Amino acid sequence: MDASGHSTMAEWTTADDAGFEAAVTQFREQLDQGFIGVLDHGNGQAEQIRELPRDADLVILRRPIAGG
Amino acid sequence: MAQAALAEVGQVPWRKPADQAYLDRYGRVWLIWTIALTVPFVVTGLGLLAVTWLTIPVAAIAFVQAWINPELYAFRGASVLRPKGARHEQSEPVAQGLLGDLLGHEERDLQRQTGIALQRGAMGVWMVGEAGAILLAPGGRRAHCFCVRVTDPGLPPSDRVAHLLLALRTDEQGFATVANHAFCGAPWRVRRRLPKPMRPALDAARSLAREPR
Repeated sequence: MDASGHSTMAEWTTADDAGFEAAVTQFREQLDQGFIGVLDHGNGQAEQIRELPRDADLVILRRPIAGG
Repeated sequence: MAQAALAEVGQVPWRKPADQAYLDRYGRVWLIWTIALTVPFVVTGLGLLAVTWLTIPVAAIAFVQAWINPELYAFRGASVLRPKGARHEQSEPVAQGLLGDLLGHEERDLQRQTGIALQRGAMGVWMVGEAGAILLAPGGRRAHCFCVRVTDPGLPPSDRVAHLLLALRTDEQGFATVANHAFCGAPWRVRRRLPKPMRPALDAARSLAREPR
């Protein structure tokens, strides 16, 4: 999620090794920039992740939060 | 692979986890504080009136003081949900789409109407806004108001809500720990100070908080 609303950083399929590797690289770069990877399970539960799951439908990168 | 706790909790190592016992204790402290701010002025006003009717103006000031102190705190509590920052009209529809995908049908409609995302958690029902959240404890009789924001101020409003919602879903207790507690009191006190378009969200949250899990 960014100032444009949101941007697609990478797309892959479970069978697409090259696409997944590129996504992993992109994901790690974003983590290094301070983003936090989140997997939303859709039932009111979400999971913070450090590694990109190959079988995930959607991984969202969010910024950290802080007390206002 | 996954981390159970919110990463941001590490930024506030001095804080005790905001668990249910902490919230209950905090609620009792706020209740005592509100009584301490109100009762002495009411007693003073009544005492003055008992002495002589000539003290009516001073007694009136005491009664106003007894009324205004809790009102100001309730205003501070309600302010956590007020819209803040730039509206980003161009990117907001895109952000709204992503936020809508994270919500159920009813919650999505309510968010579009009020700007508030509802989320039921183990600690109660959460109302998540752009720069804050309100937790209605089970039973809906107590509202905990939290100031909490995403660290990037350049995001459109719905993205700010989505960031907070995802953090809340990741670790509810961690979310409450990171956030700054701004107020705790009866929901009706908060409701009066909420902008009118947001009040249906509080009504819906109270109804949900009253339902057994």
